[in-house]
Amino acid sequence: MTEKVIDACNTFCPGPLMELITYMKQAEIGDTLELLSTDNGTATDVPEWINKVGHEMVSTEKVGDVWHIKVRKAK
Amino acid sequence: MRILVVGGGTGGTILANNLSRRLAREIRAREVSITMLSASDQHMYQPGLLYVAFGQMTPDQLYRDQASLLEPNVEFHVDPVEEFQFDQNRVRTKSGKGYEYDVLVIATGSRIVPKEVPGLVEGSETFFTEESAVRMHKRLMQFTGGTVAMTVSIPHKCPVAPVEAMFLLHDFFKARGIRDKVKLRYNYPINAVHATANVARWAKPEFEKIGIEVETFFNLKEVDPVNQIAYSEEGTEVKYDLHIAIPPHRGAEIADSNKLGQGGWIPTDRFKLTMDGHDNVYVIGDATNIPVSKTGSAAHYEAEVLAENLASVIKTGTPVREYDGKVYCFIEAGRERATYNAFDYVNLPDLKPASKAIHWFKMAYNQMYWTTVRGLL
Repeated sequence: MTEKVIDACNTFCPGPLMELITYMKQAEIGDTLELLSTDNGTATDVPEWINKVGHEMVSTEKVGDVWHIKVRKAK
Repeated sequence: MRILVVGGGTGGTILANNLSRRLAREIRAREVSITMLSASDQHMYQPGLLYVAFGQMTPDQLYRDQASLLEPNVEFHVDPVEEFQFDQNRVRTKSGKGYEYDVLVIATGSRIVPKEVPGLVEGSETFFTEESAVRMHKRLMQFTGGTVAMTVSIPHKCPVAPVEAMFLLHDFFKARGIRDKVKLRYNYPINAVHATANVARWAKPEFEKIGIEVETFFNLKEVDPVNQIAYSEEGTEVKYDLHIAIPPHRGAEIADSNKLGQGGWIPTDRFKLTMDGHDNVYVIGDATNIPVSKTGSAAHYEAEVLAENLASVIKTGTPVREYDGKVYCFIEAGRERATYNAFDYVNLPDLKPASKAIHWFKMAYNQMYWTTVRGLL
């Protein structure tokens, strides 16, 4: 199982959630992706998409100004 | 100092021309050489494809001879690179030649990969190649009514293209007198009508004004071209009579064949534009994995920064500045109006209201582009 960190801090286009979806497509089932984002909306947008599409939320944590959001590819 | 530029698109051409002017003296004195390798003798203005799909430009208007765009002191060969030999500072080309370099700039762009989505090739039209744009125009002219559904696969170049296409579809069918027989349906991967917050804020009410239906959180999974249904990863589906797709993209084939990065996107420092792990290799334009729009605009500004830095390092030993994420994108808004999105890594201002003046500026820029790639604008 691979763990990958996606640094989407200070990016607007295509933006953190789009970056996550892009890397999720490239990942294998069971891989963990950690998305870093300075956009507060990411903390709610990602869980909403993860739940809708059927992957797994692992954790959400804010360290300083940066959200660290870990998800796992489930299908 | 041998500078090798691989790729003759927007980024590579601006870089080569800008740098050749800055280093004209050094090139004349044979202290520096700039060589460009490209897969084609033609340069295409890719943003024009949207206009081809709506009958506003013809394909011949999109091309110029690549050699005619380059400064005379840039050595140009149509001989695509097949293998990067980074440990030897060398590339091997299709003809079997080897080109050694002191500095390498990779500007190989991106490509569409519609086959990655089952049924997408057979079950959609798009405007991301000349052939498909011409076919899409024909389909639009023949369409008599029903649901036109747009789906967006990511990643893709030109992030605002889906929004622009929806406005142009509205205008097109209105001009044909059949807008009341056409349902326009827009499906987008995230929970907004666009990935960039300021574009989403502006576009949502504009879509509502002209009756565009929206479904968000729609990541295209597969297409049933027989029954004309597009299915999402999220478990929803949309039935269509005409499916306009923004296809998924990957980096250039040589990025994949040389295993340069996941998805063919080359790991690149977002500020210095260096390829990860290589101090003398730079990457610009769509080819990078930088989380910035895959646009001619980003390639343009990256090329300018890189040219300035390389020239300064050669002349003084010190670079000048870093790429700050600057992007400037026109956005066609229909009814001969346009706005633009200008932002960088830190600033994301609200969009200006769409106006005819900005649309006509974009029309002018469709021609002025050729001055940009010459490194003059």
